[in-house]
Amino acid sequence: MSEVKTVENMVNIKIDGVEYQAVEGEYILNAARANEVFIPAICYLTRCSPTLACRICLVEADGKQVYACNAKVKEGMEITVNTPNILEERRAIMEVYDVNHPLQCGVCDKSGECELQNYTLELNVDSQSYAIPDTKREVQNWSSVLHYDPGLCIVCERCTTVCKDMIGDAAITTTKRGGEDIDKAFKESMPKDAYAMWNKLQKSLIAPSNGTDQTNCSDCGECIAVCPVGALVSRDFVYQSNAWDLKRVPAVSAHSSDGFAIYYETKPRSIEDRREKIFRVTNEWNYVSLDGAARFAYDFENEDATKDEAAFNAAVEAFKKAGTIRFNSVITNEEALMLQTLKEKMGVKLYNPEVRAFQKFLNHYQAASGRSLWSTDTDTIMKRADFVISVGSALRNDSPGMKYAFNNVQKLNKGAGLYFHPIGDTLISSFGKSIECFNHKPGLEEAALYLILDLFADVQKLPEEVKAYIDSFKTSETKTIKEKVEKTVKEMVKNEETGEEEEVSKKVKETVEKEITVEKNGLVDLLGGDSENFADAFDKMMKKKESFSMMVGEDLYFHEKAENIAKLIALIEATTSIDVVMAPPKSNALGVALICDLDDEATGYTVGYNENGDFRLSALGNGDLDMPAMNQQEGTFTTMSKRVVPTNAALPYDGYELNDLMKVLVGAPELTIDWTPMLPTQKGYKAVAFDDLPYGYSNDGRENRGYLLDITSTEAALPTVEKFAESAALEGEIAYRCNPARQFNDFTDKSHEIFEAFGVYASTAKAEELGERVEIMFDKGSIVMDVIADEKMEGDIVKVSDFRAAAGIYDLFGGSRYKNVTIKKV
Amino acid sequence: MGLEQFKNRNVGTQEYRVLDLQESPKTPMAKFAQVAKRTFKGELFVGLGVTVREMFNALFRGQMHTVKYPLEKLPISPRYRAIHEMLRLLESGHYRCIGCGLCEKICISNCISMDTRYDENQRKEVSEYTINFGRCIFCGYCAEVCPELAIVHGPRYETASEQRASFSLFEDMLTPIDKLSLQQEYDGFGAVSPNADENIKKTPLAY
Repeated sequence: MSEVKTVENMVNIKIDGVEYQAVEGEYILNAARANEVFIPAICYLTRCSPTLACRICLVEADGKQVYACNAKVKEGMEITVNTPNILEERRAIMEVYDVNHPLQCGVCDKSGECELQNYTLELNVDSQSYAIPDTKREVQNWSSVLHYDPGLCIVCERCTTVCKDMIGDAAITTTKRGGEDIDKAFKESMPKDAYAMWNKLQKSLIAPSNGTDQTNCSDCGECIAVCPVGALVSRDFVYQSNAWDLKRVPAVSAHSSDGFAIYYETKPRSIEDRREKIFRVTNEWNYVSLDGAARFAYDFENEDATKDEAAFNAAVEAFKKAGTIRFNSVITNEEALMLQTLKEKMGVKLYNPEVRAFQKFLNHYQAASGRSLWSTDTDTIMKRADFVISVGSALRNDSPGMKYAFNNVQKLNKGAGLYFHPIGDTLISSFGKSIECFNHKPGLEEAALYLILDLFADVQKLPEEVKAYIDSFKTSETKTIKEKVEKTVKEMVKNEETGEEEEVSKKVKETVEKEITVEKNGLVDLLGGDSENFADAFDKMMKKKESFSMMVGEDLYFHEKAENIAKLIALIEATTSIDVVMAPPKSNALGVALICDLDDEATGYTVGYNENGDFRLSALGNGDLDMPAMNQQEGTFTTMSKRVVPTNAALPYDGYELNDLMKVLVGAPELTIDWTPMLPTQKGYKAVAFDDLPYGYSNDGRENRGYLLDITSTEAALPTVEKFAESAALEGEIAYRCNPARQFNDFTDKSHEIFEAFGVYASTAKAEELGERVEIMFDKGSIVMDVIADEKMEGDIVKVSDFRAAAGIYDLFGGSRYKNVTIKKV
Repeated sequence: MGLEQFKNRNVGTQEYRVLDLQESPKTPMAKFAQVAKRTFKGELFVGLGVTVREMFNALFRGQMHTVKYPLEKLPISPRYRAIHEMLRLLESGHYRCIGCGLCEKICISNCISMDTRYDENQRKEVSEYTINFGRCIFCGYCAEVCPELAIVHGPRYETASEQRASFSLFEDMLTPIDKLSLQQEYDGFGAVSPNADENIKKTPLAY
């Protein structure tokens, strides 16, 4: 689990007589992979729990046959990958997988990258010894993106495993196949493991876990990615292209701030139209899991843009008279640096409400903690943490990477979690048994942080005032509770036969009143918890926990008390052993926050870059001058993991770029990527040329993309934090600025495989109450939206989408994510 | 004609007959006499007679020895690789191509291209298929790799045309549905070997 290789935690093992080093406690399979030794395996997924469905990873360790995916390495272990018996088992297993598997490789979408094909050939299966009557298995569409062909399914359960252990939706599960029983004769004649595996295989198939024929999930498509055969394919991709025809372009997902590593896969659109088209997005699923936006929102390119000289000249003029440039976080580091250069040389204001609040928050945090950036990232959390806390983010919608980490810790690290958010989410509590959800009132985020201080802080380190303040919430009261007690009562009963009286003892239940002292924690109650039960529950959660992490979300940046919150977080980092990760609001918000010097308001003539403005530069193709979209340009992103990662152009672009404008306005190097080494080193960037940035993962799962930002850390005194006002809690009708999962910006909206609508999302009960369409009135204006029910939401707060820049949702909400509104049926 | 005589390359032991050549005349007079003798001997009419006889046989006795190209063509070896044909299934008449893309992949001059889609019957449909004959080198790899014997080389060797593209669409290469009964099974490049049955391992069936 621990990813740090030190001398102490390494053990020596021998695989096929060759000595290797492996991290103690690692599975044999992972140790072999890290050392580049090949052990065949189908059902195992690196960051998920072993399923033992395929049994093909059978190896011999110290003379005993074990499964490499769930046996751990020990000092001095001698492992043999192939013995005659194991080879026989493996071959039999592959033969079993091939029983009744349709011979339609010719049309199958997976052909060429199919693990069944590969292992069948690898193990030299050239004849079949087993047979069983087939069952009728019909093709199903599970959702708007998932296409399942059970005929091709080998029930390795990778899809269900990743959905449960990584994604957290647990939307699919094994179901009954209704196949015939295996001929008894095989039990004697065939290898043991192969028979056991066949027995299991013959009994199951995969189906949505909610009992219907439709999955109720976030449509992330990770099940498609991990499917070793052609059973799970994106509906849009079925029979569209062979794997080998597609050109893979390494890139970064342009939507969430996780900066997921993706590959755009392109080929010419058709015989007549030879323009390149992105057919799908794939990922290195052993090391990174994508969300639905990263996987399905790929066709947002600005098509057929040409060099329109008139528009270009108009743009130059617009920039010359511009008072403000308004933009959002869908922008590369290089472009952000260009805008910053414009500010420095031409004095324009840079207006970016999406990032400005985050930037301020980051500055407060830096001042309070002395650290330039937060201390951990989601990968480290998944590898190490066993206790996670999430504050201020709608985990399911805001940050898929954090959601996966939160879930993965529960499933794989026997973890526990605390979830603080005003909107109840039934999915979060389903991640594990040791999760406490606090659905507090909006505005009480500080109380949550004080509670964390109370629960985790080293009392010695805490400043006296804070200690006293926290203690002021604690009360103890005596309470009379009723308890049921069993009592033995003796009674004289007349024996009917003899007529004599006998003594009989009887057990009687009795209710007794008892006085006990109850410790109450006002913070817990204030946050909507039950402090009487919480203390015990928390003790249980804390058992055997060693590594603590906290995820900080957007609610805290868009908060009136953001400065105090940033200080509280710095205080938490200083006085507890909790590592912190913050979710930059969207895409490249961190890059913008580090590179640009943003202003609080827009004045004068405004040039909008993918945003509203008097002159609009747009990669959406609807502005005054075309710009390349994220899949048409190269550049770098700064991700939540504090990494600067390169992305490449998947599709051609023939129009003007921002760099062309820069050349005319203030002078610029030849290419956009010539700006890469100029990124500000005082903010942690390095002077590395774009073409020298690596991309990929090594076999032991280490990320090798771009470079990590240099983090500076200076000694800082403990920040002085303010008390919070309970009166800050919002009451009444509340709207929350929050996008549905898979929607982040206009680009996800443009993509044809993203179906989540722009509207107001509410819990089922609330949606029923609101009707179909409502007008939401803010203090600065109003908007009419469709009401969409979200089964997983709880409570009365509604989520208002903000992904359409033109709708101006940020302006309506102002500096907060929560607003008191009036909702009227239309 | 047998090939035995060509196969025997041991020249030295064969029996040769020396031609009965007379000595060449030496004097001008003798040379003139030889020319005059050969000219007026009447051998010209012997040859003419043979021609007239063969013409008579060909025209009136049905013993024609030449082919009336281009009205008639000689049958060509199945291994000849000319313009491609797309065959149909004999039973259903549906085209054989399953859209696997192997021909597209193996093509060394990159001249095959196809579009496929998921059709209403949940099958892979070849929505478009084309071969750029301007680039095709008729190597035969596509026919060899085709798992369905769908793309084969036909005997149509005349490739002169104003536009080579006019050969190249799927419909042009596909056996016309009304000529399905005339479709010949292909036994050229890539066809199943005559002893294929012997090499197949049988898969047990549980029915």
